[in-house]
Amino acid sequence: MEENVVLTARGISMTFPGVKALENVDFTLRRGEIHALMGENGAGKSTLIKCLTGINDFEAGEIHIEGVNGPVKNHSTREAQNVGISTVYQEVNLCPNLSVAENLFIGREPMTKLHTIDRKSYNVRSQKIMDELGISVDVTQNLENYSLAIQQMVAIARAVDMDCKVLILDEPTSSLDDEEVEKLFVLMRRLRDQGVGIIFVTHFLEQVYAVCDRITVLRDGHFVGEYPIADLPRVKLVAAMMGKDLNDLEEIHKESLDVKNAALEISAKGLSHTGTVKPFDLDIHKGEVVGIAGLLGSGRSELARSIYGADKANTGTLEVGGKEVKINQPIDAMHLGMGMLPDDRKAEGIIADLSVRENIILALQAKKGMFKLLSRAKQEEIADEMIRTLQVKTPTRETLIKQLSGGNQQKVILGRWLATNPDFLILDEPTRGIDVGTKAEIQKLILKLAGEGKSILFISSEISEMLRTCSRMAIMRDGEKVGELDHELTQENVMKAIAGGEQES
Amino acid sequence: MKNKKAGFNSNTILLLITIGLFIVLYAGGCIAYGYKGFTHLQTFLNILITNAGLICVACGLTLVMLTAGIDISVGALVAMDCMMLAVGMRSGISAPVMMLLVLVVGVAFGCLQGFLVGYLQIQPFIVSMAGMFFCRGMTAVISTEQVSITESISKIFYDLANMKIIIPFGGYANKKGMIMQPYIRITVVIALIVLVAIFLMLRYTRFGRSLYAVGGNATSAAMMGLNVKAIKMKVHVLCSVLASIGGICYCLNTMAGSVTQATGLEMDAISSAVIGGTLLTGGVGNVFGTFFGVLINGTISSIVKTNGKLASSWPNILTAILLFVFIVIQSIFAAVRRRSK
Amino acid sequence: MKKKSVFSRLSSSNLLLPIISLILVMAVNIIFDIASGNNPFSFFMITMQNTTSNGMVLYGRIIDILNRGSEAAILAIGMTLVVSSSAGTDISVGSVMSLCASFCCMLLAGYGVSSTNDLAVPLVIGVLAGILMGVVCGAFNGTLVAVFEIQPMVATLILYSAARAIGLLLCNDLIVYVRNDSFAFFGSFLGPIPTPIIITAICVIIMTVVLRKTALGMYIQSVGINRRASRISGLNSTKIIFLTYVVCGMFAGIAGIVNASRITSADSNNIGLYLEMDAILAVALGGNSLGGGRFNLAGSIIGAYTIQAITTTLYALGVSTTQAPVFKAIIVILIVSIQSEPVKAYMKKRRAVKAV
Repeated sequence: MEENVVLTARGISMTFPGVKALENVDFTLRRGEIHALMGENGAGKSTLIKCLTGINDFEAGEIHIEGVNGPVKNHSTREAQNVGISTVYQEVNLCPNLSVAENLFIGREPMTKLHTIDRKSYNVRSQKIMDELGISVDVTQNLENYSLAIQQMVAIARAVDMDCKVLILDEPTSSLDDEEVEKLFVLMRRLRDQGVGIIFVTHFLEQVYAVCDRITVLRDGHFVGEYPIADLPRVKLVAAMMGKDLNDLEEIHKESLDVKNAALEISAKGLSHTGTVKPFDLDIHKGEVVGIAGLLGSGRSELARSIYGADKANTGTLEVGGKEVKINQPIDAMHLGMGMLPDDRKAEGIIADLSVRENIILALQAKKGMFKLLSRAKQEEIADEMIRTLQVKTPTRETLIKQLSGGNQQKVILGRWLATNPDFLILDEPTRGIDVGTKAEIQKLILKLAGEGKSILFISSEISEMLRTCSRMAIMRDGEKVGELDHELTQENVMKAIAGGEQES
Repeated sequence: MKNKKAGFNSNTILLLITIGLFIVLYAGGCIAYGYKGFTHLQTFLNILITNAGLICVACGLTLVMLTAGIDISVGALVAMDCMMLAVGMRSGISAPVMMLLVLVVGVAFGCLQGFLVGYLQIQPFIVSMAGMFFCRGMTAVISTEQVSITESISKIFYDLANMKIIIPFGGYANKKGMIMQPYIRITVVIALIVLVAIFLMLRYTRFGRSLYAVGGNATSAAMMGLNVKAIKMKVHVLCSVLASIGGICYCLNTMAGSVTQATGLEMDAISSAVIGGTLLTGGVGNVFGTFFGVLINGTISSIVKTNGKLASSWPNILTAILLFVFIVIQSIFAAVRRRSK
Repeated sequence: MKKKSVFSRLSSSNLLLPIISLILVMAVNIIFDIASGNNPFSFFMITMQNTTSNGMVLYGRIIDILNRGSEAAILAIGMTLVVSSSAGTDISVGSVMSLCASFCCMLLAGYGVSSTNDLAVPLVIGVLAGILMGVVCGAFNGTLVAVFEIQPMVATLILYSAARAIGLLLCNDLIVYVRNDSFAFFGSFLGPIPTPIIITAICVIIMTVVLRKTALGMYIQSVGINRRASRISGLNSTKIIFLTYVVCGMFAGIAGIVNASRITSADSNNIGLYLEMDAILAVALGGNSLGGGRFNLAGSIIGAYTIQAITTTLYALGVSTTQAPVFKAIIVILIVSIQSEPVKAYMKKRRAVKAV
């Protein structure tokens, strides 16, 4: 093993039913470095981490850890902790109803001679640990009394106190504000200087450049490369993540539709949702396809959700078709002719135990109201039409939707919204986890719908697909709409806009 | 220290509300019925005597509720214990042996329920509902008639039940001028020992703390290396054993076994725990609060009884109203906590 | 291949469990009849018998089961919806039944009257008031569950302990007897058929029609399966969950009145005692997951009658009323154990090993 290396993973491969999640991925972590693991959705970051922490059972490859002879294969988080790998997740895996000290020591409390917990001793020891790490807390207080940032630091302290060599931070900053993030970074640097190897997973580019020493990029389950931070400026990082080398970017020209003169369909002014998206303005004309570009966690989904009422907007006004409207919940938006295909298909899209037919007619039925049940014949007609036009591969229309493949499930949800004949359709990552052929079909469908005069808000991690369909793009970064691009829509321009200023890198 | 929230946390407030409520109720009783002897120390001790069994049962239930579980079989288990004691002793088995047997049955029953909840991951409500059916039915299988425990059946048990432990202070002269020394029964001593033991266990043992961890967040607890399944099983065993101890206390009070005995006891125990600040969602609560919950229930019954004219259903209604108020307060606290995040 | 597909279709059917249980119960009956030297099919025999009060009426064990199982079947309708929409159970229905019966009888007899032959208010008012009381109780539960988002079991615990007590209070701690033929009708006979059977049939038919002719059924299942996705698709989950509790309360009211009419009195302490358990068990036995989601009303109804058949059979076998719960408990545990995830996973693993 190379000097200073605490963890190496070589040739890791892993398949989920139907998907190759990781293929021959390498990863190397050195002592005393903060190593960013980057990649878009489905790139395989969390799969790789789960392989390291024993949650996933990888098929091929070897993991070596300093101080352990031979390859290591963990079967539980407990085993991973024993060889020195600890993980801190975005949702803190601690018990909020216990004190800070207890959270540090649960399951390994110092005991008195009477086999009772030595409360005094562990309170003192906990306070010492926290003081040493520069975290100012009263360890006897319940964890829930502290902010999420502090809770995260307690989780880190627990990991560190358990002699971890490898600390994995999986999107720890997603729900922290700037000040809290800075505190976390101070702690991370301190640990790095103590010789801990830290794997840092985040979607915030700024943070990568603020704190990391090295970057490994994954894409579609493949290892793209490992770079020292200085060798990989933002634009190159975005390119590596998105899968286009800047050098061979082909210019894709899109005929600009003359939509500027068309009537306004949606006009948002100062709309915001506390904690997820800062106030933004957005106009969408009839027959226009507007894209929202930005990395995951940039507020791109949240922007759409605040228009649709999935997260009720806290501020601002919204006009639909020229009239100011108030949207409290999705059904209000639906009555105004909107529809939304959410990005998390499983949690917010499909009703798993209902049939394809029921899933298709659900929104239309909700719009009509409980007492105006669509006749069975009408339901079947609509379902059959959607199955035909969208080419849903399903044994029958009565098959439960959970039995279909991801792509076909997505088509069914799309069918659900097309059945309501919306004027304005929000599509959040409609092509995620879908095969290439279906992707193309969905893109064609988007253009066709726009041709029929419908307005579409399109969100995707793949810039190329937005370039093909959108006439204008709103750029999101860190919960804020930072600009719009409506001419010279090229991959390079969009990536630059997403990545933001080069001043810090 | 800037991240620290000032003031009490909401759980302490809930406990204080409970204790305050008890004091107000009791003081109210003293003012209204002082002339009927409500102010005597014995009135308070009688509340303890009547509810000694309930204290044990409620302590056990509190433990289960801490892990976000529930056990509605305890009332029926108490009835089965009483019946076993009564019938067993009638057939000539000595009292200590029968009491031990009752505890063993408690362990076995708890193991079974705990296995179903912990390892087969069946909803605790359903498991303990079946447990309740089972115990009620078994009570009837043992005997369908009411069996009284008299002095001739078991001298030891009879003496135990009638033993008075005199309290050396707080006596008063009754109408005939005789000095009445306040007293408690052995059941109160058992109940208080159980209370203190469970209180210490929750505070000073690994197992005690792990109950809070499991109830707070079972996934986290598992990730921190606790064996959640085993903990759930153990807590059900403990609950059943405590219910069995409660059953013995109950039997010492009633001196009889009958099929309809202790119906609804599980709900009294649950409401006591909830009023005492235990969250049914798990992770928050204390037997100390539960103790006050039992006292509040007992005080209400005692006031209604002392009044003599109020319908017998008032204690149930008042307890339900209290339960409602506490559940709503808890849900508001929970909502506030969610919003502040 | 053909055989396997039939089997797999059957085993995936929701009705498999209740039907198998029902068949088992019948088999036990037949064996018992043979063993005791009766006609092996006496279980299924229905005869006409002359009674002094009601003239010629149907008589037989099946009729008895259908008749006695009415209250549980009516409750099971509401319970099915509640379980489906909120993944929780309404444990107050038995208690609410008692309250509705007491309220109805109190109105019919007049406050404080312990026994009457004449009605103090028209029958319709008394009955409707009783059902309305059920609706009010359901609305109370529904508010706590749907609006305050309190766990169903906890929320309904309040009325579980209070409703029966309020009923006692309304009846002035008495058992109120309403010995009036028009009131007794709900618990006796309509022509040769026991009225409770007809009332249950009407309830089931009305509910089936409502579920068929409105989108309620789909709404409830959708909310029960995935509340977030249902919201995005335009459903108001709070309203729907609330509604299921109101419906459940209403059926508890109906069941309470049937029961009171059967015994021509409001016996607050005993009406509906433990019946919530039967209703929940009926839902589980009917192949419905207590975790909410898809439901099968027919299964719950069959489940309710299965439980009654078990009870009746146990009585026929000489088991006393109070001992019967032991068997119910064992059946519940067997059913839920088979349905539990670890057991399912274990069976799947074994099957996979066999296939290899």
